[in-house]
Amino acid sequence: MSIPASFITKNDASHYLALPAGRRVAWGHLTSGIFLLLLLAWIIHAFAVGQIAWSYVGQFLFVPAILRGVSATLLMAVCAMGLGMFAGLFLALGRLSSSWLPRVVSGIYVWLFRGVPVILQLLIWFNLALIFPHIMIPGVGTMRTVDLMTPFLSALLGLGLNQAAYIAEIFRAGFQSVDIGQYEAASAIGMTRFKAMKRIILPQAFRTVIPPLGNEFINMIKLTSLASIIQYPEVLHNAENIYYANTRVIELLIVAGFWYLLAVTVMSPLQHLLERHFAKGKR
Amino acid sequence: MTEPAVWLRDLHKSFGSTHILKGISLDIPAGQVVCILGGSGSGKTTLLRCIAQLETAERGLIVMNGEILGQQEHKGRMVRRNAHDIARQRRKAGMVFQRFNLFPHMTALQNIMEGPVQVQKRLATDVKQEALALLDRVGLAHRADHYPAQLSGGQQQRVAIARALALKPSVMLFDEPTSALDPESVGDVLAVMQDVAASGVTMLVVTHELAFARQVADRILFMDNGIILEDAPTTDFFTTPREDRTKAFLSAVLGHRPQQETCKEITP
Ligand SMILES: Nc1ncnc2c1ncn2[C@@H]1O[C@H](COP(=O)(O)OP(=O)(O)OP(=O)(O)O)[C@@H](O)[C@H]1O
Ligand SMILES: [Mg+2]
Repeated sequence: MSIPASFITKNDASHYLALPAGRRVAWGHLTSGIFLLLLLAWIIHAFAVGQIAWSYVGQFLFVPAILRGVSATLLMAVCAMGLGMFAGLFLALGRLSSSWLPRVVSGIYVWLFRGVPVILQLLIWFNLALIFPHIMIPGVGTMRTVDLMTPFLSALLGLGLNQAAYIAEIFRAGFQSVDIGQYEAASAIGMTRFKAMKRIILPQAFRTVIPPLGNEFINMIKLTSLASIIQYPEVLHNAENIYYANTRVIELLIVAGFWYLLAVTVMSPLQHLLERHFAKGKR
Repeated sequence: MTEPAVWLRDLHKSFGSTHILKGISLDIPAGQVVCILGGSGSGKTTLLRCIAQLETAERGLIVMNGEILGQQEHKGRMVRRNAHDIARQRRKAGMVFQRFNLFPHMTALQNIMEGPVQVQKRLATDVKQEALALLDRVGLAHRADHYPAQLSGGQQQRVAIARALALKPSVMLFDEPTSALDPESVGDVLAVMQDVAASGVTMLVVTHELAFARQVADRILFMDNGIILEDAPTTDFFTTPREDRTKAFLSAVLGHRPQQETCKEITP
């Protein structure tokens, strides 16, 4: 048996201990890093020298039509998300109900609204007048559907009710993450179901629900761009109107892209704050 | 003779087709401390949960302070009470769970105040003084602002006992309150329970701590297969058990555990 070249004895310990710490060169990381940097430089170069008049981008970034579009985008995102959360909460409760009727109704709702593309749902709401020419609203009277289904209301219903189907699943998982013992402890101190839901179950369900809800909201900000096809004046729609007039297509798309990016970027710290608030008592 | 604080008549409970409680009748005078012993699956937890109105028995009566729990007479029939009534009645029984079930998003103090403030609609400032006194009584005055996750199992269980006591219940129900605890914390919890018993609260305790039962209980119920097989004053139960099943249970459990040693643990 031969002794391997790397065999060391106790006498060698001091030699190794005296060696300074070095750094292994990660050649793989280095080459792929250099490659990615070159790629990035090339893309930036392409945009810089391409047919993009950057001065137009700066010029249109803050024009009133674009700013109105930004606020319309945010307004729709907030309203549709609110509607989605409200309806989603009831759908989730229906899904978890002990009687079969609410379970089946919410099951069908989720299946239907998740199965049909959002853009198609928006078009259906916007063209509702083709199915129901007149709509009876209790207390208001009969209205022509065309007058009622403004781009705003169509977009709100289309985006919000679709979102509700996804949020229902998130809430359902949130409720199921709360220990059954919490319902029992709440009942044992004499809480009604409603009170237990409000004081004990929802605050705990929110802990698991906030991160996915934040992602849904970010998605919603971007989804509002679909409402441009039903004439809702959000930022993409207004950008399009400008480039139909001045043909600066890419410049205005970059302007719209900038505002979406900004809105989404601002969301992350807000989401973090909310998570911190609801994490009370978590180890 | 005065009316018992709690009495049961012919209580039956099934889960699906399995008959779990097969006709329980029982009188518990006010202030009595009753320990329920019995093998696994004999229905001890189910009995407590029926009394706490967390399960609905399909037959029989549960009466607390002269009021039938969970049902009422209506046009010559017994019908289930409405949800509001049942919620009110649940406050009469303070339930202590095996796994504490404290509200994790509230501090120890908030856990105790939740019932009186949110359910009994009492003034938070009054309730706070009482809650602090209760925390002091269970030895946790210095942990008022800790969340459950920051407390040991034994400390959580003591907060849970304080939470139940805060509603001034007619009877306290304990379902194996120490069996999820590490051995060191068991003594602290039992000491608190002994203190509660000494203060004259009616108690129904499911436990495997025979030393505690022997020392604190006035009366022992031995459950087997959904019925109360033996019901005797504590000393009689341990010295002269009647039923063979009880004798077998006692020798199996006591055989391995000298009683004197565990007795010392719970003396505060
Ligand atoms: N929700 C339920 N659904 C179906 N069966 C149940 C339910 N709860 C309890 N059981 C059954 O009822 C029987 C009695 O249960 P119970 O929990 O009352 O026993 P126990 O005396 O408390 O036992 P242990 O000492 O193990 O806690 C068991 O066989 C159990 O499987
Ligand atoms: Mg049990």
